[in-house]
Amino acid sequence: MDAIVCVKQIPDPEAPAAAFKVDEAAMKVADAPGISPVINPFDAQAVEAALQLRDAVGGEGTIRLVSLGPDSARDAIKHGLAMGADEGYHLNDDAFADGDAWTIALALSKAIESIGIPDVLLFGRQAADWDQGMVGSIVAELLDLPSATVLRSVELDGEAIKVSRVVADGFENILLPTPCVLTISNEFGDPRYPQLKQIMQAAKKQVTVWGPGDIGLDASDVGAAGRRVQMEALYQPDATVETEFIEGDTAEEKAAALVGRLRDEKIL
Amino acid sequence: MASILVIGEMEGGNLTATTSELLGAASRLSGELGGGVSCALIGAGVATGADAAIAAGADTVYVAEDDGLAQYQTETYVPVAVSITEQDAPKVILTAQSSIGRDLAPRLATRLQSAAIMDALNLEVSGDRVKATRSSYGGNARQVVTVQTNPQVITVRAKSQDALPEDAGRSGNVETVTVDLATAKAQVLGKDQAEAEGVRLEDAEIVISGGRGLGAPEAFADLERLAGIVGAAVGASRAACDLGWYPPSQQVGLTGTVVSPTLYVAIAISGASQHMAGCGGSKNIIAINKDPDANIFRFCKFGIVDDYKKVLPALEEELKKAVAN
Repeated sequence: MDAIVCVKQIPDPEAPAAAFKVDEAAMKVADAPGISPVINPFDAQAVEAALQLRDAVGGEGTIRLVSLGPDSARDAIKHGLAMGADEGYHLNDDAFADGDAWTIALALSKAIESIGIPDVLLFGRQAADWDQGMVGSIVAELLDLPSATVLRSVELDGEAIKVSRVVADGFENILLPTPCVLTISNEFGDPRYPQLKQIMQAAKKQVTVWGPGDIGLDASDVGAAGRRVQMEALYQPDATVETEFIEGDTAEEKAAALVGRLRDEKIL
Repeated sequence: MASILVIGEMEGGNLTATTSELLGAASRLSGELGGGVSCALIGAGVATGADAAIAAGADTVYVAEDDGLAQYQTETYVPVAVSITEQDAPKVILTAQSSIGRDLAPRLATRLQSAAIMDALNLEVSGDRVKATRSSYGGNARQVVTVQTNPQVITVRAKSQDALPEDAGRSGNVETVTVDLATAKAQVLGKDQAEAEGVRLEDAEIVISGGRGLGAPEAFADLERLAGIVGAAVGASRAACDLGWYPPSQQVGLTGTVVSPTLYVAIAISGASQHMAGCGGSKNIIAINKDPDANIFRFCKFGIVDDYKKVLPALEEELKKAVAN
């Protein structure tokens, strides 16, 4: 069971919203001292899915990680390696900067072809920064592979992979042959958290750095030059409202006052 | 030649409400882009939706029927959508940000040598482009984006657009599409239907949601009783669903259902950004939380700072009285 998991480093989505700032002129999210970079949580779950699939065949197979991002993205790769993946590929070159879902998926698909198509390709359902949820599907399309998105479970079924896809009114069970592309949703469950010993071991695992030329692309294919979607503006919505706190000496008084206010405002 | 092609969806033999909303948006935008509005209906037995699509604003309805299309599958639906696109030559393709739309759109856009924008909240015409506003960073940021290639594929959030008043007198063409069913490598084995009890989350006028602060799954029974009194649907935060306290189908949030009821009641929910992305569009939000600094209170009309265990029994009695009057 060979797998490739694509991982992204993002600003911690669990950080307090108050720390989040946007540079509107540059149309970028500003670096904030209170927000540390982390592996995208859905991608950590995708690494977990790969590890579980390999466990199901008795540990046979290689799990590789691919990440596109600046120098700091190496930490996201290292996190996955500490979880138990074997080696990493870091697409790191100035030419990759400021791309969109298309240029990122193009670069990832070329990197995957350069490594060799494994039995299964795993992604998080979306990166919790831009919240788009496209890259896995675009890679599947470029590699002409079957795909299933937003999955809560992934298990081996003979030579095939059986998945449960989260849909509006329940779950759809799908059987996919290998190779295939799968995107993992939060319903999958918590990923393992690396211990100190595994973090030390991960430091010795190999991370190969590639630029566009290493995967058969020109600098003009990727990053800002290759974008198909243009950003016109980026801003923070002004959502904060003034909360009217319902006062009272007891919970009964507060409940009565709340229902009274809801009726005053004709909400009830 | 159409300016906008809406990929429609059917449910229980009817056009979904979101499809009507997309047709409403398409009618508004096509006035500025030039050209008509088309609607694709893909599936088995979907021809029955054609009249409703025309009444909702479509000038042309493409009906692609085949028993093999009874269930959505990426591999069979994308080629049909491509062939309708080739016939219709739209400038813009709209789909719902639904289980189907979010899976279909990126693959369709890529096969058409173009790109997609996901989960748009607002659409406006700028020259020959449609500018889409979308939420990102778990609701902490909004970005405005345009697809520079053609066709411009955009998925749109439910209830973000206004449907036109239904006009049964509108006329339109219905074109039958010949389906050359693609062989799918993946196989849909079946579906585990979520237990649908009470009011559907997305349709509810009142939603009562519980979070990790409830402390135990049993507390959802109290929420259900409260919901029963006022005809509300019960939702849950991602944290509560991930703990297995409530079914994922009831999750309100960025990765669950996006709701916009008249009244949203958040009980023991801290108000993480990804949760607010799912309920921020509610007309009124009220919260019960023992932490006065909880993020949820930044978005509330009314707030009660107290232990929900003390407030709920009293609230239940008060609501019974209010309903009885």
